[in-house]
Amino acid sequence: MSIEVKNVSKKFGTFQALHNVNLKINSGELIALLGPSGSGKTTLLRIIAGLESPDSGQIYFDDRDVTFYPVQARGVGFVFQHYALFRHMTVFDNISFGLRVRPRNKRPSPTEIKERVQELLQLVQLEGLAGRYPSQLSGGQRQRVSLARALAVQPQVLLLDEPFGALDTKVRRELRRWLRRLHDELQITTIFVTHDQEEALELANRIVIMNHGQIEQEGTPEEVYDHPANPFVFDFLGSVNIFRGRVSHGKATLGAIEIHAPEYADRKDSPAVAYVRPHEWVIDRNKTDDTSMEVVIRYAHPVGPTIRLEVERLDEEEILEVELTKERFHELDLSVSQRIFIKPRNIRVFPI
Amino acid sequence: MKSSVAPSEGIPLQKTIPIKQTKRFRWLLISLVFLFLSLFLLIPLVAIFVEAFSQGLDVYFEAITEPYAASAIQLTLLVAAIAVPLNLLFGVVASWCLAKFDFPGKNFIITLIDLPFAISPVISGLIFVLLFGTQGLLGDWLIAHNLRIVFAVPGIVLATVFVTFPFVARELIPLMQSQGIQEEEAATSLGANGWQVFFRITLPNIKWGLLYGVILCNARAMGEFGAVSVVSGHIRGETNTIPLHVETLYNEYNFTAAFAVASLLTLLALITLIVKGFVEWKTKQSENESQSEIG
Repeated sequence: MSIEVKNVSKKFGTFQALHNVNLKINSGELIALLGPSGSGKTTLLRIIAGLESPDSGQIYFDDRDVTFYPVQARGVGFVFQHYALFRHMTVFDNISFGLRVRPRNKRPSPTEIKERVQELLQLVQLEGLAGRYPSQLSGGQRQRVSLARALAVQPQVLLLDEPFGALDTKVRRELRRWLRRLHDELQITTIFVTHDQEEALELANRIVIMNHGQIEQEGTPEEVYDHPANPFVFDFLGSVNIFRGRVSHGKATLGAIEIHAPEYADRKDSPAVAYVRPHEWVIDRNKTDDTSMEVVIRYAHPVGPTIRLEVERLDEEEILEVELTKERFHELDLSVSQRIFIKPRNIRVFPI
Repeated sequence: MKSSVAPSEGIPLQKTIPIKQTKRFRWLLISLVFLFLSLFLLIPLVAIFVEAFSQGLDVYFEAITEPYAASAIQLTLLVAAIAVPLNLLFGVVASWCLAKFDFPGKNFIITLIDLPFAISPVISGLIFVLLFGTQGLLGDWLIAHNLRIVFAVPGIVLATVFVTFPFVARELIPLMQSQGIQEEEAATSLGANGWQVFFRITLPNIKWGLLYGVILCNARAMGEFGAVSVVSGHIRGETNTIPLHVETLYNEYNFTAAFAVASLLTLLALITLIVKGFVEWKTKQSENESQSEIG
């Protein structure tokens, strides 16, 4: 089922949670709503589900206006951040709840319910745990029960609110991969909310980046990562080094370095910020050209296969983050408090 | 954390009291508590039963089965049978609304629910006399329609309902608030309607707290003296509840009978305490369960 969000706004008291949001989601997509806390991503998800109603605007499922449909009538599966399992019910009763509350003429027979729950338990790899209570399960298991429960009613849309937020990294990775496979198998339109850029980049077909109740950018993971539309998106997707300076006549001056910025040829001396990702530096022991900066290494942290350097510029007292592979680090024979030259391999300039 | 960090930071440790001395001190405190408890709680409790049975079993049973006593017991049971279900219903509905929904004036209503706790029961009784008495606000209208509220059973029921109003709601509101609305939201998203959500999700989660509230409400409904005393008029065999009957007997220097009837209320109190202990234990258990669910 395709979803369309049209001009949706929502206020909580004086807090503008959503400001005129427009979004189109195609049938079968796996979408990430990504943003910092308070960006309105969960509110948008809850409005799509019908757990919250918008102050203005419409929600369409295919061509039906469902803005005033109650949550029961929307046919959505909702997975809550803290699972919201029914604590007094077994796993079996949790999963079958959606089937058992149907009106009598639409309710499957007990044997059908049993079969369906068995299928779902198999799908979420929890066979044999049907008789357990939620308190007897681990976090990852609870999250899978919560997914199975949402899938039991055969929803047209699956909505997940920070589904892996409360889990540890390893379980999170596993569940992520598993959700990816599940989506490929079932092809349900799926939207999940996250504040973890890595999760969004790894899992989604398309990422919608939100901030202050508005959409900053939407696109495939490659699009938003490689071509961030604005400083916020750049900053939010991974760590960055920020430079302040000016752009004028297609050239950006950032402290001692000067680079070409032909896309801003028509600007005359306006302030700008430039972003360089830590892994996008070229590192040398000697000065190679004019854009090189002389820096001194303050700290070197090995993080798995890479080395993260904290370096200080010599012309200005500014700390920069530089990332390089272990091999390159040993090749150059670097050590702390050594002077090196770095230049950006890739730099993005945004006038402000 | 702090205390384990302190010594390494060079802050001198407090001089510790020798273990033997603290042990002796602890025993002293414990015996003091026991002394106090027996003096003020245990001895009076025993005294009630000793006095009640002081002239033998026959006199005891005579005292609690004679017509006036029987009528007082009947009336008390009737009042509790009306007031407790009413306040059960009210308490559940009120706490459901107050804990699960947001609306203006919510805090005012929560405060208002506490009103019967805050004012003296005698004043609660007087309110009804002033409202429904012959000189009262609605007095003329009631007389014209041949309705009696004050100095009759309806007045006693009203006063009891008023006084026991907060018990269930007070018990449930914090419980429901701490449980949040996620499970309810999950149930609605799975297609459950309002009744199904309430009976299958909310009620099972609050049942022990609810039972606790009902027990306290019942104990108070049967034992209420002040408010009921004002509205009842003490008509023997008609508007005397157990506590009022005890007072009447006592004022007539009929001590053994007074204590015999009082022993019934005491028994009720003891049963209430036992059930309360059990329910508290159960609530703690289910709370632990739900906590481990979040953790």
